[in-house]
Parts: sequence; C-alpha cells; structure tokens
Amino acid sequence: MKRGEIAIPLAVFAVALGLWEWIVAANAIPPYVLPAPSAILGKLIEDRELLFSSLLVTLGVTLKALVTATASGVALALLVAQSKWMERALLPFAIVLQVTPIVAIAPLLLVYLRPDNAVLVCAFLVAFFPILSNTALGLASVDHALRDLFDLYRASPWQKLVYLRLPAALPQFLAGLRIGGGLSLIGAIVAELAAGASGQGTGLAYRIVEAGFRLDIPRMFAALALISMAGLAIYGALAALSHYLLRGWHESARERGE
Amino acid sequence: MGRPPCPSPAKAGEGTLTTHIADEGHNLPPLLRSGGGTGRGLGNDRLLSLHGVSKTFDNGVTALAGLDLDIYEGETLSLLGPSGCGKSTVLRLIAGLTRPSVGAITWADPQVRKNLGVVFQDPTLLPWAGVFDNVYLPLRLAGQSRASAEPRVMEALSRVGLADFAQALPRQLSGGMKMRCAIARALVTEPALILMDEPFAALDEVTRFKLNDDLVALKKDLGATIVFVTHSIFESAFLSTRIVIMSKPRGRIVEEIEVDPALVRNADFRTSETFAEISRRVSRALRKATGEAA
Repeated sequence: MKRGEIAIPLAVFAVALGLWEWIVAANAIPPYVLPAPSAILGKLIEDRELLFSSLLVTLGVTLKALVTATASGVALALLVAQSKWMERALLPFAIVLQVTPIVAIAPLLLVYLRPDNAVLVCAFLVAFFPILSNTALGLASVDHALRDLFDLYRASPWQKLVYLRLPAALPQFLAGLRIGGGLSLIGAIVAELAAGASGQGTGLAYRIVEAGFRLDIPRMFAALALISMAGLAIYGALAALSHYLLRGWHESARERGE
Repeated sequence: MGRPPCPSPAKAGEGTLTTHIADEGHNLPPLLRSGGGTGRGLGNDRLLSLHGVSKTFDNGVTALAGLDLDIYEGETLSLLGPSGCGKSTVLRLIAGLTRPSVGAITWADPQVRKNLGVVFQDPTLLPWAGVFDNVYLPLRLAGQSRASAEPRVMEALSRVGLADFAQALPRQLSGGMKMRCAIARALVTEPALILMDEPFAALDEVTRFKLNDDLVALKKDLGATIVFVTHSIFESAFLSTRIVIMSKPRGRIVEEIEVDPALVRNADFRTSETFAEISRRVSRALRKATGEAA
C-alpha cells in the first residue's frame, strides 16, 4: 500500500475532527447535546477500565461467533457442493435465516436462551450466510478445464477437494469471511442492545444503552468510537489475511501495474 | 496390411507426400484399408482405433457421426478443420473426458490409455501453485511423493527450458512459458500418447514457431505419438506426419494427407518447396471442407 493511500484518508479524517471541534467550541454546544472530539477522548481515558472491559466482552463474542460461523459455513458449503439435492434441501433454511432481520430475532432468542448465548447466536446467524454462500459459490466455480485435468489423471474426490476445489474457492471464501467479520460485530451489538434494553449484559452496546439512560452523551460517543475501531480492526485483520493468502496469484491481491 | 519400413532421414524439403481423398459422401476408410502410406509415423503398429464413433451432446447437437480413424504408434497426427467440426471432440473422446454416443474406441494396449498426456488450448495451470508443483501434479495424484518425483519433474522442466523457473508462479510467466509448463506436465508421466488441443492458438507467431520447433525436438527425443488439433495450415504442415482434414457437419473426414516422417523439420523446411506444397494441399483440402460446410 502506498503512503498516500493511508495519508489522504487520515488527513481528511483529522480535518473533519478539527471542524467538529471548532463547530462545538464556536457555538458553545453543551456536551449533553453534542460533545467535542476532545471531550469524547477525555471520557475514553477517564472511563477506560469500564469501556475496554466491555470492548473485550463484545470482541470475545464477535470472534467466537465468527469462528463458529466460519467452521459451520464452510462445512455446510462442502455438503451443498456435493450434490444439487443437498443444495435444494439445505440452502432454503440458510436463506430464511439470512432474510429475517436479526433485530427481530434477537428478542425471541433472549426468551429462549441465556443473554450471553443469545448474543452469540445472533452474531453467528448474521456472519454465517455470507461465508456459506461465498464458499459454496467458490467450490462450484472451479475452471472446467482444471476439472478435466483432474479427471484425466483419475484424481479421487478427496484429491479434487484438497488440491483443486478448496484452493480455487479460497478467494470467494475470504471475501465471505471479510463480510462475515463485519456482520458478526453488528450481530453482537444488535443482540447486546436488545439484551441491554432488558437490563442484562456487559458489552459495549450495553454501555451505550446505560449511558443513554444517564444522558452521559460523551460516554455514548466514546463507546461508539470503540465499536467503530473494533470493526475497522476486524476488517483490517481479515483484509491482511486475505492479502497474505492470495498474494502472488489472485487478481484481488495484486497491486495495480504489478 | 503391414507398414513399410521406416525411411531413412531426408534433408529438409526433400521427402514424399501422399494424399488420400475421401469418396464423395463417405468417410475415408481407415488408412490401412485404403492401402497405407509412408507418412504415418515411425512405427507400424496401430495404437488405437475409433470405429463408427458418433457423439451427440445433451443439447441435441451432433458433433461427430460415424467417425472411423486409426492412430498409429509414433506418428504426429494433426486434425484440421473449421470451428465446430468436431476436432476437439475427437480429442476429448480419446482422452476419456467424454464417451461416444455410438461406436467404440479400441486400444491396442490398455496401458497407453491409462497414461495419456494432454495439453489443452489454455495452459490450465493451477494459479496458486508454482511451476514445479504444476508439473508435479500428475505424479502427486498418482500417489508419488514430492522427493521421489523431483528428478522426473526437473527433467521435464529441463526438456522445455523451464528448469530455472521451478519456483515461479504461473502469473510470472509469459504465455509461451505457461504453455511450456503445460507441456512439461503432459510429459512428466512419460506418456506414449500426447493429445494437444490447439495448444499454441493464443500465442504470437514468433513464439508459436519457437514452440513448434521445440515440439519437433521433443518428439524426436521421446518418440511419443502426438495427436494435435489445430486451425493452422502451416503448423499442421510443419509438425505432422499425417494431416486429417475434417468438415462440418458432424466431423466428416474429407481428406488425409501423409507427410514423410523422415523430413527434417527445421527453419529451412519452412521455406522449402515441399513445405509449400504440403501447405497448398492442406489449404485446398480445407477450402473444400469449408465449402462443404457452407
């Protein structure tokens, strides 16, 4: 990545924060209406123990959900790729789960499950489908000539899977993983909001609800900033993983002009 | 009927050329029945035969109808004809990638069938694997360990001039080098029969000439039988000991041209009168095939 690709967005972000700070100061806007970035930073430092312990809770749920969604999404994609019959039998369930808004499912899950499990299941449900659908697409999109080649050399189904289908599906799987990573955080936050509204939970979303009840707007913004940074970190880590695994051979990981 | 003994090597541009023309409305009978010739190859043994082979696809399109074709040990047979005349289907049938709807393919030695080398129109390399691993693939699928396969893989790479690029990824190679890698992969199992489906069609003329020269040298070294599908009159004239011209519809063989295998195929051959004569005959036959298709 070139220096300009990082410097330009950082500079624009810094200018936006400076503008925000100036608007709040120039108009003497009270912090309970709109806190200045410096006030949010101050709150972040002041409440660091509380906010960062909540961040760890939310991140823990997000990562657990992402790992579970990855394992089950890939497993189901392998099953679906085995036959059209499997695809017809299993895919409708996954689609129903995907198209039903998670915000509507969360309160129901809270009825049946313990709050921490309900949050985990919500995060899992939203991350699962993109990983499943992208991996299934990748497994089904293997070059026909390469399939012919493996048929010609009488490759076993296991050899075709290990040496051809899984590597060929890797780019699509990683694309699904990047989407799933972001969505699992959203799922965890939505479920925490639902759980927090009922007075349960310790994640960042609960801190937002709690701060809202107390009209502690700077803390709401501070928690929101941590959620955004966590989302960026997850996306950045998965993008780096994708680049590492695809570098050198896949178009998506090639630098322009390379 | 037996085949004449292998002729002594001739100079570039000196050699014999025999043409067999199909009876109107019928496929040409297998060459042995039509009296044989001098140009089928270096051996006299039939490697495989296609007997009355027809192929109709699921969409109802008939690519071949009642094709009879014998392929002889040691020959370089080119299948030439307009697009859609069934050349590639013949190759896929021989490779076992598709089955005849009617008819049969008989092999003199079933072991030959189990060890074929195939080069497709595209290099068909695994983009995530290096050159070594791509060439190693057929041996890996046969259960051979990397360490035990290494000498054979490196030998195949040396034959095509890629020994120094063993660790390179396919995208780091030029079009010609990718095709060399595909040829090395086809050679690594030391097959008796190599099937090539327009392997050099996407390459520029200079690279194509170079690879044609290399293929002639490889053929001389290995002695394998080659069945070569091409659109190029000059390529078929340069490489072949027999050229089968097919026409639409349904892969009818309209003409077979035999070329003396003893001809020395080198740069001088390309400018020789014999090469020009072969090209003229192939061109006329192809015009006939195209005219029949119109």
